[in-house]
Amino acid sequence: MKPTRRTLLVTLAAAALMTCGLAPAQDKTPIRIGLSIAQTGPLSGAGKSGLLALQLWRDDVNARGGLLGRQVELVVYDDQSSPAMTPGIYTKLIDVDKVDLLIAPYATNPTAPIMPLIKRRDLLLMGNFALDANAEIRHDKYFNNQPWSSAKDAAAPFLGLCKKLGAKNIAILAADAEFAQNLANGFRQGLKEHGFESVYDQNYPPATIDFSSMMRAIRAKKPDVVFVASYPSDSTAIIRAVNEIGVGDSVKLFGGGMVGLQYASILESLGSQLNGVVNYHVWAPEKSMDFPGIREFLARYQAKAKQAGVDPLGFYLPPYDYAIGEMLAQAVTATRSLDHKVLAKYIREHEMKTVVGSIRYGPTGEWSNPRMIYVQFRGVTDKNLDQFRSAGKQVVVAPDAFKTGEVLPFGEVRK
Amino acid sequence: MPIELLVEAVIAGVLLGCFYAAVSVGLSVAFGLLDIPHIAHPAFLVLGAYGVYVLGEHGIDPLLGGILLIPIFFLLGVAVYRFYHAVFEKRGTDAGLRGLAFFFGVAFIVEVALILTFGVDQRMVDAPYIGKGLALGEFRLPLRMLVSFGVALLLTATLSLYLSATFTGRAIKAVAQDQTALALMGADPVRIKQWAFGIATGTCAIAGALLIVVGPVEPGLGRLYIGRTFCVAVLAGLGSMPGTLAAGIILGVAESVVLTSLGASWAPAVAFGILLLVLAVKPAGLFGR
Repeated sequence: MKPTRRTLLVTLAAAALMTCGLAPAQDKTPIRIGLSIAQTGPLSGAGKSGLLALQLWRDDVNARGGLLGRQVELVVYDDQSSPAMTPGIYTKLIDVDKVDLLIAPYATNPTAPIMPLIKRRDLLLMGNFALDANAEIRHDKYFNNQPWSSAKDAAAPFLGLCKKLGAKNIAILAADAEFAQNLANGFRQGLKEHGFESVYDQNYPPATIDFSSMMRAIRAKKPDVVFVASYPSDSTAIIRAVNEIGVGDSVKLFGGGMVGLQYASILESLGSQLNGVVNYHVWAPEKSMDFPGIREFLARYQAKAKQAGVDPLGFYLPPYDYAIGEMLAQAVTATRSLDHKVLAKYIREHEMKTVVGSIRYGPTGEWSNPRMIYVQFRGVTDKNLDQFRSAGKQVVVAPDAFKTGEVLPFGEVRK
Repeated sequence: MPIELLVEAVIAGVLLGCFYAAVSVGLSVAFGLLDIPHIAHPAFLVLGAYGVYVLGEHGIDPLLGGILLIPIFFLLGVAVYRFYHAVFEKRGTDAGLRGLAFFFGVAFIVEVALILTFGVDQRMVDAPYIGKGLALGEFRLPLRMLVSFGVALLLTATLSLYLSATFTGRAIKAVAQDQTALALMGADPVRIKQWAFGIATGTCAIAGALLIVVGPVEPGLGRLYIGRTFCVAVLAGLGSMPGTLAAGIILGVAESVVLTSLGASWAPAVAFGILLLVLAVKPAGLFGR
């Protein structure tokens, strides 16, 4: 059939329409990333610093032109450190705010209640320092920024230190709350495997004010090691009780899972009372922890933190929260997609480059090469925050891959 | 449990109990004598602690700081009561419930104001008696708790003497019993209540100093003390100063002995169990009429 002028016009019009369909007007609306993070309540010390790091990442990425040509916007709510708040907040983020991507609340307790919702909706969730939050639910689109994979892994280096110091009798003091219990349970499991004897094992209620009585009870048991899993205000009170009451000469290793001994305000306030304590950390200004870009990030963070009145050191949550942003940016840029399934597949299968080092994820969305470090406070003086910016005050004593010094007995460091 | 450990636990409990009494004594006046549902009392304690912290930054000892803040807190209490009276109490019957909401709001405002001013980090103070222990052989006591013990005794004794030996003190007790009778005697119940609420808030300055001496403070700390302070005030028998001291010591000793022997998880259950038991046997509280 010979083409007529009419069929030619119709064909051209159809082709034009199809072209319009193939190249729609580029979406210029911002990419919205939703999260709740404690700005009030007991978790807010770290929560505020973490949010500042995420805002720093947002500004960096927007200055570079955004993601997929779109600016990035954070939709943030204060969960008041309360697990009861987070399911409602995340339902709102998903159904009302209709955010494109989700970051989990800071810490284990507020994260745990949203996991069933996230699994049911089959959404990508970037975990934010939650311990074992996905261990039972096993959601395949969850990726935690916390550098250890399970409570047992977290406790393993500390158990190694117990062995190194020839310990036999162990005392455990743990807060009666999700994170502390998870950590203490990981340690308890390890005790049996290593053949240590537990001579004191107590959980204390979170509102405990004075730890003198517990310290007396521990001292009476003459343990070689005291493992403590506590929250910031308890950690301060426990360290004070150690100085006032003493734990006895038998103790060779004291510390473990004390939250708060990573925050600048507590480090500055406790000062020399910290000497000898061995505690978990995620970063210390030691040579072995010099990941590409982390010093530059911390310098920029510290400049902003001073103005914002948040943790002036920023060694704990900030670099890892900045890393969440970096991972999302890497996945979105590489896949050119905001589809949660596509992004999760990319994060699961690729090495993620961040300021806290390269991360590869295992099957439950935790780091495949966990990296919980333990630092020992040494030569710390009173009322001097700047001392914590340099090496030697928080010596990495475990694991071996990041070690910058051998662990010394508790009493020896405190002499 | 070895006997020496038990003795140590009882002594530590007495010290802790006196601290509980000191932080509850203002509530005993406001709630026990004036019948005001002062749920913001712990928030005022935290406010007092932050005031002491600010003075501490200028080298002033925490206890001295607490004493210096008493007049300011007294005036704050007077102002809060005047507002509460004008808006709620004067209007009648449901003042209690609406007042509860009012004081809850006040507590929230205090907490947010502290967050905006000081941030959320913990604050501590330095003093020669903080972070050190008193060792008597193997027997050791934290100095800060001994200081808090002394101040608490002094505070409750002073208040008790004031309420029983002065004209205004007796008027405060009278307003708790029968406002109309007091008015018929020529005294203005509102002015008396205003004065008493000022005193109750004034104690928050010195008790706030003890709060920051005993441990670090953060803006939300008041929430933890709501249960404890009300427990002491109710167990005491509303409005009794010696009762407040006794109730604080009972709770402190119970908590300390349970923490040392039975296990830490049982401590709150035992403390509130004692409250239930006492209220079942003596509904007016230990020293209640």
